[in-house]
Amino acid sequence: MKTMIEFTIDGVGVEAEEGSTILPVALENGFEIPHLCYHDEVSPYGACRLCLVEVERGGRRRLTASCTYPVLEGIQVLTDTEKVRKARRMIMELLLARCPDREALQELGSQMEIEKPRFELREEECILCGLCERVCREVVGANAISFFSRGYKKEMGPPFRDPKACIACGACVYVCPVDCIKMEETEEERTIVRWERTLPMKKCKACGQSFAPWFQLEYIKEKVKLPKDFFDVCPDCRG
Amino acid sequence: MRERLRNPENLERLRQKLQKERDPNKRRITVCAGTGCGAYGCGEIISALKKELKKRKLQQDVEIKVTGCHGFCERGPLLVINPQKLFYQKVQVEDVPEILSETIEKGNVIDRLLYVNPVTGEKIVHEDEVPFYKLQERIIFGSNGSIDPTSIEDYIAIGGYRALAKAFFDMSPEEIIESVKRSGLRGRGGGGFPTGLKWESCRKAPGEPRYVICNADEGDPGAYMDRSLLEGNPHSVLEGMVIGAYAIGSNQGHVFVRKEYPLAVQNLRIALQQAEEYGLLGEGILGTGFDFSVRINRGGGAFVCGESSALMASLEGQPGEPRAKHIHTVISGLYDKPTNLNNVETWANVPLIIDKGDQWYAQLGTEGSKGTKIFSLVGKVNNTGLVEVPMGITLREIVYDIGGGIPGGKKFKAVQTGGPSGGCIPESLLDLPVDFDRLTEVGSMMGSGGMIVMDEGNCMVDVAKYFINFLRDESCGKCTSCREGTQRMYEILDDITEGRGKRGDVELLEELGWVVAEASLCALGGTAPNPVLSTIQYFRDEYEAHIKEKRCPAGVCKALIQYTIDSELCTACGRCRKACPSDAISGAKKVPHKIDQEKCIKCGMCVESCKFDAVKVQ
Repeated sequence: MKTMIEFTIDGVGVEAEEGSTILPVALENGFEIPHLCYHDEVSPYGACRLCLVEVERGGRRRLTASCTYPVLEGIQVLTDTEKVRKARRMIMELLLARCPDREALQELGSQMEIEKPRFELREEECILCGLCERVCREVVGANAISFFSRGYKKEMGPPFRDPKACIACGACVYVCPVDCIKMEETEEERTIVRWERTLPMKKCKACGQSFAPWFQLEYIKEKVKLPKDFFDVCPDCRG
Repeated sequence: MRERLRNPENLERLRQKLQKERDPNKRRITVCAGTGCGAYGCGEIISALKKELKKRKLQQDVEIKVTGCHGFCERGPLLVINPQKLFYQKVQVEDVPEILSETIEKGNVIDRLLYVNPVTGEKIVHEDEVPFYKLQERIIFGSNGSIDPTSIEDYIAIGGYRALAKAFFDMSPEEIIESVKRSGLRGRGGGGFPTGLKWESCRKAPGEPRYVICNADEGDPGAYMDRSLLEGNPHSVLEGMVIGAYAIGSNQGHVFVRKEYPLAVQNLRIALQQAEEYGLLGEGILGTGFDFSVRINRGGGAFVCGESSALMASLEGQPGEPRAKHIHTVISGLYDKPTNLNNVETWANVPLIIDKGDQWYAQLGTEGSKGTKIFSLVGKVNNTGLVEVPMGITLREIVYDIGGGIPGGKKFKAVQTGGPSGGCIPESLLDLPVDFDRLTEVGSMMGSGGMIVMDEGNCMVDVAKYFINFLRDESCGKCTSCREGTQRMYEILDDITEGRGKRGDVELLEELGWVVAEASLCALGGTAPNPVLSTIQYFRDEYEAHIKEKRCPAGVCKALIQYTIDSELCTACGRCRKACPSDAISGAKKVPHKIDQEKCIKCGMCVESCKFDAVKVQ
């Protein structure tokens, strides 16, 4: 049995399992907190800073990212104070100035009534939230991409720009909050555009349809110790 | 051959033997071989001294002691001749024969090698009379000048490892922690967290093993006190670590030191080996059942790895990125185990507290900040170098009494404390006592001890831009506020210094600075806006002049200045014309010179070459 922790969010009492962090608990309880780098399936990272809230603990109140802050007995979480709004708005302005044409950001920006960021616009697509890297490492286990360089030169991509570990599974495509990782697929091959990874597709021996990249299927067979011929037929034909 | 010491009595006997062998009245030439004096060429001086001694058959009578940094780097290479404590500065290889023939053989003082007080013009003969040293309180750093850092025997002879024996045999781990708590020691790496409390939390944290770490990833531009301690007195740091490990209950230590500090790494490696040979480190220390070993890990040079969680990530082989520390590293640090990290200087304070007692230690300093602090005093100040002063000393005393004031008769403008993310403190606050809390109150911080003095020739907007440029480069880039925020602050500052500043820029910097400080994940972002916000707070008029009048009052920002020649003052000597690299100056004999603004690249060579102050900056 896990220990339950009691605390308040905007004055409302909530209960959560020890070990979780504020953001998922707040979302489950119907509080709205904007966020970009958080996903239920991977560990919290605290990079985008959009989920900032104020937490009062032991008489001290501070701004903090709710995705990484652990639930603690008796803390008071405030999700909509002036400080919170002011900080989130500036974070949003910074992100929008970096990636002005991302729809997800434009939508969040308009919710905060940001007409135009006060900084010179750049043409980046990626907000460096690191979700793709975490899903690739923690869920898929392929470790095909990582951050490189630091500071304002930081980038996300395959190490040494060689995507040889990428199995083109598309988990990163699915998880990207600003839709900047595209996947293209034909009968013959699948491409993860951002990582410049193209892999040939495997065709089902029964129906003849292609269903997944060869390399991905080999990776899964190896990982879960499946019989050699396991993926000779597609899941549909296997019944 | 070093024999293993099996109990405190062994150690004391060894100490007595070593002390007997060391005659304090022996003639000795002490040569500073810290990295600063090393760069000046002290290596050649040491070879020359040895050669000359041999030539004069004096090897037996005169000892050469090669030590770590003495601190007065401005005046290197430094030589101290004992027992008289004669202080020679800016010594050259050519001076060596004369030093031996005149000073060593005849006992005469060589006048030209003496230090001249820049304020009074008086020549100073003895080391302890030099104002730079006289006004310091060198309880941590002082031994650097008297011991060979590669000799554990030198360290033991001056009382080294006595504190360790006391801690192991006369005190329980809890008593050690209480003593460190009572001493009031706070972390010297910048955070200023009470050391004893940290140790206690780590000792009480569940989980095994526990780790202790020495943070020697000193990355502030211009700061080198940790390097000089590790280079010059590695055993003092090591002894502190062993005592801390015993108090906390840890058997494994790490020293995370910059790869750019090869001498520190080398001397530390020698120290570890020698301490192990004596049984002061490793298995069964001093015959007890306590084991503690230390590994050296060299950092790759990222400033952010000085942040504790980034340092631990780096130690684990992960990218050096900080993580949120809502669960402190004393609970879950290296490999998610309880980990106690302290800075080099903090560790070096520990033996002193144990040896002399916490009461003695707590007498030094102010109410909230005890002991001393080593600063690297650099910039526009006469005496640059490392200074160790009691907490509570005023900035004025450091800059003027120890530092000897501003060179060239210029006017003081500001002093920046705390490294790149410290704040700039103006003249009106020079009487501020230096301690953790006072510095924070005025928008700066203690940091790890950088202290950069600026004069009227420094433009504060340019200074802010310089530090933000450093920080945007060194930000790990993980969180939006720090990565994007420091970059945008840099862009705005660049605009202002390039003459593209516009109304609202200062307000935007203030707003952005608040968010970067409040919303960032770690202390790098949390403090990064300090240089910008403090210069806005104290030098707002300079920002306004840049933006509204497109003028740089200090004459630094190239886009906003013009060099002209005052025809009244110009003697048409032609010096500036020859110095100008872009042929922008015209004129002939007896014809006052002129600068062609189209061709001028604003390098300032003309100003420097003019003997008559005829080149004006507008």
